Amino acid sequence: MPQPIDTFKGFAVTFRQIFRKPITQQYPDYKRAVYPRFRGRHRLHTHENGLEKCVGCSLCAAACPADCIRVVAAENTPEHRVSAGERYARIYEINMSRCIFCGYCELACPFDAITLGNEFEISEYSRDDLVYTKDMLLAEPIKRVPVADSALFDTPIPAYKRDS
Amino acid sequence: MTPVPSVDWWVSVIESLVVINLVLATFAYLTLAERKVMARMQLRYGPNRAGPYGLLQPIADLLKLLFKESFNPAAAIDWLYILAPFLAAFTALATFSVIPFGPGWVIGGVYVPGQVANVSIGLILIFALGSIGIYGFIVGGWASDSKYALLGSMRTCAQLVSYEVSLALSVLGVVIMAESLRLSDIVAAQADTVWYAVPQFVGLVVFLLAGTAETARAPFDLPEAEQELVAGYHTEYGGMRFGLFTMSEYINLITLSALCITLFLGGWHGIVWDGPSWVAPLWFIGKLVVILYVFIWMRTTLPRLRYDQLMRFGWKVLLPVATLNAVVTALLVVWL
Repeated sequence: MPQPIDTFKGFAVTFRQIFRKPITQQYPDYKRAVYPRFRGRHRLHTHENGLEKCVGCSLCAAACPADCIRVVAAENTPEHRVSAGERYARIYEINMSRCIFCGYCELACPFDAITLGNEFEISEYSRDDLVYTKDMLLAEPIKRVPVADSALFDTPIPAYKRDS
Repeated sequence: MTPVPSVDWWVSVIESLVVINLVLATFAYLTLAERKVMARMQLRYGPNRAGPYGLLQPIADLLKLLFKESFNPAAAIDWLYILAPFLAAFTALATFSVIPFGPGWVIGGVYVPGQVANVSIGLILIFALGSIGIYGFIVGGWASDSKYALLGSMRTCAQLVSYEVSLALSVLGVVIMAESLRLSDIVAAQADTVWYAVPQFVGLVVFLLAGTAETARAPFDLPEAEQELVAGYHTEYGGMRFGLFTMSEYINLITLSALCITLFLGGWHGIVWDGPSWVAPLWFIGKLVVILYVFIWMRTTLPRLRYDQLMRFGWKVLLPVATLNAVVTALLVVWL
């Protein structure tokens, strides 16, 4: 059953919105800060002495549900020492066109060698450019996106957990 | 009946060129205005990348459509497929020629009439051209040889044929009161008495509702219900052929709004003050903007009708009301 009065109320609702400020965030001009734990582009880490944390164990590749990580390990020798462990990753590649940014690699890694960073602007013109090599993952990423202060978002540890 | 002064042929040619270009410019910026107004009502900005405030967006859209490949499906019936958008666009543009937008001017000793063609059956001409324009939509959808296009054109056909009856009946009251089908006479009759929006209020409401359905605008936009039919009858069209269909739809809307002004809202006459004769087109444009805004407003506000609701509303509500309005008007005109 048509309800004429409600219809006119609807017209009033739409008319009122004209005087409100649009809530659109004009993305390329304005970049909202991502959350500190936002899962973006991966990074590989090194120790303070310059040795790589990755020991080439391939646990990340085993954990990866999208099967996008490829690790080929090699032995460290006294002349050629790359990582802190017995072996190191000779090849470490992540295919970003397959990655689903689930963070399982991060969880699987026993040495915190791989983490997910905050960068999400990783589009390329070619699919080949989306295969990230070890050098690219070790390099400091170009900061394109602001990251919010983690103090604002990290929940304080509850009292019952603090003592343990 | 006022005598119609004769017009030099070259004046008509120049005037028609000016009017066509003005209508096309109105169409171009109507698309932008629609997107902008709709966006603001939905708390968005709308197009704002091409030029300041997105003012170059229609030009960008036009260039994009022009440079697209003219694709046609292998199974489409070639010449009908190509002809349909031109037919739709031609009839849409031709309809505007009888709409009066001013009292007529004498510029440098040459008489320039207030409309391109001042024909004695202006109103019938508009409906006739509109009916021919429907063929563009039907034939286009059928010749595409696609099920979505065919279903879309069937819906267009059914809806336009159903609501055209109510549309024609709703203006009958105006014709009876003005005792003329010439649009300039109808405008003059309103200036002498009162705008027909007052005595023919029912007619105005029926006209606006049937007109919304006739131009396939929300909430009567079933012919191109995106969720069900991809895009309706122009599913298989791309590039400027699609652009011509869109153009004809928007120009039909402009013409319908202009007709609404002419028949019910005093045409080019001012609200209390007419002003010098050159102000008349400005009054006309001002009223046009208001009516078009109402159409856009309606699109953002009302959800689409279901098909059975559409048919029930058209045949069981609109048509009896329009008929009753025409009959009552006729009886009152005869008896009073």
